[in-house]
Amino acid sequence: MNDDTLTTTYRPVIGLEVHVELSTASKMFCRCSSDYFGQDPNTHTCPVCLGLPGALPVPNKKAIEGCIMIGLALSCEIALFSNFDRKHYFYPDLPKGYQISQYQSPFAQKGFIMLSNNKKIRIRRVHMEEDTGKLLHQDLDSRAVSLIDFNRSGVPLVEIVTEPDFDDAEQVKEYLQKLQQIIRYLNVATANPDKGEMRFEPNISLRKANEKDLPNYKVEVKNINSFSFVERAINYELRRQSSILESGETPTQETRGWDEKRHITVGQRSKEEAMDYRYFPEPDIPPFRWRTEEIDEFRRAIPELPDEKKARLIQNYHITDYDAELLTRERRLADFFEEAVKVGQGHGIDPKTIANVLINKKIDVETTVPAELIKDIVASRKIEAIDETELQAIIQEAITNNPKAVEDYKKGKTNAVMFLVGASMRKLKGKASAERVKELILAYLDAI
Amino acid sequence: MQLYELTISEARKGLEEKKFSSSELTSACLERIKSVEPKLHAFVTLTEEQALQQAQKADFLLGSGEVRPLLGIPISIKDNFCINGILTTASSNVLRNFVPPYDATVVRRVNEAGAVSLGKTNMDAFAHGSSTETSDFGASRNPWNIERLPGGSSGGAAVSVAADEAIAAVGSETAGSIRQPAAWCGVVGLKPTYGRVSRYGVIAMASSLDSPGPITKSVEDAALMLEVLAGHDPLDATTSPLPTKPYRQLMKEKSEKVTIGISDDYFDGVDPEIVSAVQNALHELERLGHKVKKINLFNPKYAIAVYTILQRSEVSSNLARYDGIRYGFGRDAFGEEAQRRIMLGTYSLSAGYYDAYYAKAEKVRTLIVEDFAKAFEEVDVVIGPTSPSTALPLGSSKNHPMFGEIADVLVEPSTIAGLPGISICCGFSKDLLPISMQVIGPYFMEDLILNVAYQYEQVTDWSNRKPNL
Amino acid sequence: MEIDIEHVAKLANLPLDKRHMEILGEQLTETLLYIDRLNEIRTEKVEPTSQVTGLTNIIRDDTVSDSLPQEAALENAPETYNGYIVVDAIFEE
Repeated sequence: MNDDTLTTTYRPVIGLEVHVELSTASKMFCRCSSDYFGQDPNTHTCPVCLGLPGALPVPNKKAIEGCIMIGLALSCEIALFSNFDRKHYFYPDLPKGYQISQYQSPFAQKGFIMLSNNKKIRIRRVHMEEDTGKLLHQDLDSRAVSLIDFNRSGVPLVEIVTEPDFDDAEQVKEYLQKLQQIIRYLNVATANPDKGEMRFEPNISLRKANEKDLPNYKVEVKNINSFSFVERAINYELRRQSSILESGETPTQETRGWDEKRHITVGQRSKEEAMDYRYFPEPDIPPFRWRTEEIDEFRRAIPELPDEKKARLIQNYHITDYDAELLTRERRLADFFEEAVKVGQGHGIDPKTIANVLINKKIDVETTVPAELIKDIVASRKIEAIDETELQAIIQEAITNNPKAVEDYKKGKTNAVMFLVGASMRKLKGKASAERVKELILAYLDAI
Repeated sequence: MQLYELTISEARKGLEEKKFSSSELTSACLERIKSVEPKLHAFVTLTEEQALQQAQKADFLLGSGEVRPLLGIPISIKDNFCINGILTTASSNVLRNFVPPYDATVVRRVNEAGAVSLGKTNMDAFAHGSSTETSDFGASRNPWNIERLPGGSSGGAAVSVAADEAIAAVGSETAGSIRQPAAWCGVVGLKPTYGRVSRYGVIAMASSLDSPGPITKSVEDAALMLEVLAGHDPLDATTSPLPTKPYRQLMKEKSEKVTIGISDDYFDGVDPEIVSAVQNALHELERLGHKVKKINLFNPKYAIAVYTILQRSEVSSNLARYDGIRYGFGRDAFGEEAQRRIMLGTYSLSAGYYDAYYAKAEKVRTLIVEDFAKAFEEVDVVIGPTSPSTALPLGSSKNHPMFGEIADVLVEPSTIAGLPGISICCGFSKDLLPISMQVIGPYFMEDLILNVAYQYEQVTDWSNRKPNL
Repeated sequence: MEIDIEHVAKLANLPLDKRHMEILGEQLTETLLYIDRLNEIRTEKVEPTSQVTGLTNIIRDDTVSDSLPQEAALENAPETYNGYIVVDAIFEE
């Protein structure tokens, strides 16, 4: 398919709705455990999240804080007044026949994310809502049924909606990666798309290149559960819509599902009209009024975010943009780096070196500490200090003194080399790195 | 005097003084129920075995000197309160097989207070009504005249108390559902301030209006029940964190003279016999030293429109969960009244109509709240008739699209505002049907309205009359 | 006034036959006429009251309590299977 035709006649208009499951201990409106993944069905439910008669919702403080933090991290305005609304529709996985969500007065509005090339994606709103149960389709005694599990019902979700600012699928992917990174930095969610913890629904349409108004239709695509599929799905949809427009028709306004086996979008039973959700303020939950001091407190609780951290690392430590990008990909790695820099100062190891080691040697920061890393770097440095001839001599000595080990190695016991390394290291007294020694010993052994 | 004719206070005294046991008291009530139920149909479910077991346990505790407010006292509970393991139907076919796996907070409190539960009382299905005639299981009958309706929606509860089947009852009010059946049955009905008593476990009708409360034989009993029921509940986000009060103590001790506000609109269109009885009651109160003052209150007839919209909108939403998937039967099992209310509620919340109806009603609600606030700067309480008529004949509510809302005109303004109100008997009509008046007070001033009602009760003896059964 | 009673019934998910819909439609119209008197009251400058309690910011801490045991959660369901609640399939595609 010729993408050039796309860009000359039509331009994509893409907006994105993302749902993020917060990693709170309990659900949004009840104290059931929100850890539903892999559990036996209907074992994490109660009158509230099952929608039993008489049950009432009580909001989870941590979830609301999480939502507001996300809003602040996306440079949103936090509403001084906000409340929950009921959103009505009938579906078997929605126990109350309405979802408690936010409509008129969400917690956060009007923010943005900056992508590369200074592309600004405006955030329309960030709001709080509850998740539905899960449906499994199955045949039971040759009858088509849906099996419902309400473990997920009531889990806290934050919905993040953008303006239709995206120009192409690549931008969408970059946005999603950035959003996921920020959310992980905040430590409010793990946001793994493959576990359903982060879900995205792009809405896609096309307009003529010189047209300023928004198109008179848009297509929402559901059921995309990985970043790689997002690009594919959007591009497929753009091509599909483009051919319809070329033939003089307007694509139907509808919701389509991404078929990950066939790599196409498929029309779902289209609703004849827009859903009337009959929103009204949730009477069971009093509204929220924040004082500016409280919002300031929320703001103070936000850790340094990826962009800021990256800029600061570049400025303070004179590392490259590329290195800074990789080091700040995950907060833990960035924090590890800075700790290591501090320790390294005492040993004359500069930040650039540390950055190189962390990036190129793929150090697992979960299983070691900065001090250890510095120790290893220092040791490897010392190899330059040692005389090559002295090193060779000690290694040769170890090999001569340990014929059995050499024999074992030749027999195929590759581990025998470690014995020789050990023997050499003892003599070297830390003046060379184990790696270097092993390298040399192996070279010797293979030459014998 | 039969054991079943006792009030809570009298029964407590008798149990304490070991004049009789809870088992005897409970058996007496159960016998009474067997004898009059065929005529009255106040109960949907009788829990005879459990009641006797609870009575036995109570006797054991009483014997060891334990003191609890309702220890060993047999009460009835309206069938919209969830009780763990006990059929709870809201008198609707939709829930005719529903057994909750949990207790409503009110039920938990009543159990902790040591009460004996006789069973679940009949109501208008899903509380949609003021007659108990819309129950899917048949109407309850007024003990004063079994061809008359008991009122609703807590009709069965009021009947059980008026007919001495239970010593006291737990009911609920959305707009009149405690006060109006109490009025038609000649007993005391107390609707607390919205948020004073937890709604957790009460099958929801209109979330911003529903309020559980007691129906009793005396004002003192109502005060005692309130002490058991009232209080903050972490499971209900709309309950007040304000501390409760020693209602019985304050009811008896308060001695300041109050200014009573009356509004002409509250007497407009009311049965002349009722007007006369309430005016006599006001004279009694004046004789006791209180002052009566004419005030202007927001016209109740507008409150009907506000209430109808707010209530039916919330009803349509609260009934959305009944899809027959997780419990109960499908949406084809709804009765006509429920269907009517769901339709209007859905309509007034729907796109294009929300502003004209629901949003508009919420604004008028503000006016009603402010109106009462202004009134309470001039007067301490407001008194008027509870209902514009005495108990109406069977069949009155049929095919009337707004029967409930119109019958409850005099109680709707106070419910919309969330204010507390108590209904007490103040006379009888020519055809020997009870007449009642209501005392409405400011937020969380249940002690005040209990006090005024108590003072009136002390100088009259309407509560000594019993229906001929 | 013209009310699309079929549309309202659909939104409300109420299965009604034609006769019932007609009757309900008439009653709905009657009720709406009664309610229309609300328009006699001016509310331009009035704020709506959704909550008479005046409460705000009611939240709870993020601690976990026991859930219902699976049997209790399923007890009232007309049809269950292997711990799931069963319902006839709804087709999306």
